[in-house]
Amino acid sequence: MSHEPAYLSKGPDAALVRLIKGLTHDVTNRRLIILLVALVAVFGLLIGERFFSQATVQSMAFQLPELGILSLAMMITLVSGGLNLAIISTANLCALTMAYIMTSHVPGAEGFMWAGWQIIAIFAGLAVAAVIGLLNGFVIAYLGVSPILTTLGTMTMVKGIAIGMTRGNVLSGLPEPIVFIGNGTVYGIPTAMLVFAAVASPIAIMLGRTPTGAATYMIGSNEKATRYSGIDTKRVILRVYLISSLLAAVAGLVMMARFNSANASYAESYLLVTILAAVLGGVDPMGGFGKIAGLVLSLIILQVISSAFNLLNFSQFLTLAIWGTILVAVMAVPNIRKRLGFAD
Amino acid sequence: MHESRADLFQRLKRRHEFWLASVIAILVIFLSVATQGFLTLQNFFDLLTSYAFLGILAAGLLVVLISGGIDISFTATASIAQYITMLLANKYGLDWFSVFALAILVGVLLGAINAILIDRLQISSIIVSIATLNIFYGLLVFVTGGKYIYSLPSWFGKGIYWFEYVDADEISYGLNLQILALLVMFTITWLLLNRTNIGRQIYALGGNREAAQRLGFNVFRLNILVYCYMGLTAGVASLIQAQLAQSVAPTVLVGKELDVLAAVVLGGASLAGGVGTVLGTVLGLALLAIMQNGLILIGVSSYWSQFFVGLVILLSVSATALSARRKRKGNLVE
Repeated sequence: MSHEPAYLSKGPDAALVRLIKGLTHDVTNRRLIILLVALVAVFGLLIGERFFSQATVQSMAFQLPELGILSLAMMITLVSGGLNLAIISTANLCALTMAYIMTSHVPGAEGFMWAGWQIIAIFAGLAVAAVIGLLNGFVIAYLGVSPILTTLGTMTMVKGIAIGMTRGNVLSGLPEPIVFIGNGTVYGIPTAMLVFAAVASPIAIMLGRTPTGAATYMIGSNEKATRYSGIDTKRVILRVYLISSLLAAVAGLVMMARFNSANASYAESYLLVTILAAVLGGVDPMGGFGKIAGLVLSLIILQVISSAFNLLNFSQFLTLAIWGTILVAVMAVPNIRKRLGFAD
Repeated sequence: MHESRADLFQRLKRRHEFWLASVIAILVIFLSVATQGFLTLQNFFDLLTSYAFLGILAAGLLVVLISGGIDISFTATASIAQYITMLLANKYGLDWFSVFALAILVGVLLGAINAILIDRLQISSIIVSIATLNIFYGLLVFVTGGKYIYSLPSWFGKGIYWFEYVDADEISYGLNLQILALLVMFTITWLLLNRTNIGRQIYALGGNREAAQRLGFNVFRLNILVYCYMGLTAGVASLIQAQLAQSVAPTVLVGKELDVLAAVVLGGASLAGGVGTVLGTVLGLALLAIMQNGLILIGVSSYWSQFFVGLVILLSVSATALSARRKRKGNLVE
């Protein structure tokens, strides 16, 4: 993996402190914690100790990162007042790029080049993501097309490239280190979870502690006012879509590693679920608000429901229905409180 | 006289529909010359038949977008309407009138749920419809176990044909159920938007919600009407799709919602509300249909057709944005 060590050493501590701070200060997060505790209590009673077993917790940690990284990619564009519908198709095209290089060059290579080709493949995937991200950012920021239309176009186009190149076929049989990212563990923690933490922390720092992050929130609240205050909003938006696309590529890597294969239409049902996850986590779909801590809580809630339903032998489709219901319920709380005469 | 014609051209040039129609005209001329199969009556009828499902939904979505909202739950609504209707039709042997009445009823009820959540709980329409898409779809597949319905009533399977015409190759075509439904729904939508008081109110609501409210419009009733109309189109579309596919599958419609959205926005409807025409939507749909049809006819592998669709969407929305910007700059100079 190619992370900057500075983030790894600083990330978890700083993230933890911010997490605790964020959790206690924020109304949305308080609500989510109450919901999470209630869900765990109910499922604990229904399922018994199997629900708290190491196997269950570990399987949750294996499943969460895919949706988690994709939701991060969606979230930062939502915070900026936009939307990126192309995340899934980007993830798939990048995964296919990586898988193509890995399946064609790695098996024959030895020693240094064996590792070298895998790193080259990952960078090639990131490069593809960068091109898509810059295209999205350019059209949205500099041509002034609405994000939903732009990314609807690039989503279709990028998926079209993936289908055209592969004719819908699956590329499979990846080298061992890559499969390890999706299926291995380090001290019991799934590698994919570590990847999620490794990308979520810098994004949290970026949003909370850097001028680009501050500008992203401001643009989401009021783009015009931000522009008049002297911020180069176009450059910030370009950067947001670039980062979103790169995150999608990382999600593509994790998905490819987990399935040991890549395809043009994996995980398509996740597209709208990422918006659901982000909004449940307190991200304002109109932009300007939303924290990583809330998103993480929301992802844990969705995962707990999904895993518990799985243990109870309920259909995964019932999980979808419950996810939707919870979203409406959580969004409705402020309004209902207002009607009942509570002040927030 | 001469000048007024120039004026007319100037006015036309500003219309989104004019540019769309020009692109389609060029495409049609090119395909008519370059391919054998394009400019035939049969191809024309086939295109209309296969795009009727998307077209009818596009008419419903157009109304929602004009009102300033958005709905992406309609594919799940259509799946439910289709399933319930065909289940009951098999059981009780309904007729044409009652299957359509039933499908429309289901669609309207589910649309009303969307409208009530959006209006009463003050949640944005995109969030509500993402949630209800998951709820409707999740419950449908959970309850039905994802099972297909293969045997439809025989009268339904046969469909409807008027003015049937059999050509030299013994292929029959004519005004079938799909085309008829498409024409009827576009006509009703046009009448609703352009010939009724309610239509003006929908444009006003999307243009400026606050102003519409202060003028005393009943926003709740308008929302109910708009989302129920979307549900109605979903009900109609679901049945003609089932008739064409000769089966009902609870899982095949969901996922097409963004295709419909693409057609409507290509047609010039704005996501901000207040803007959009039936003609534009027809042209947006025609562009997508003719392009995909043309790519196949000139021998481009169907694997690549999605790429070109995406490219056209991207180019079209970029060109629209650029021309809008130029217009704004022009106005400033004046």
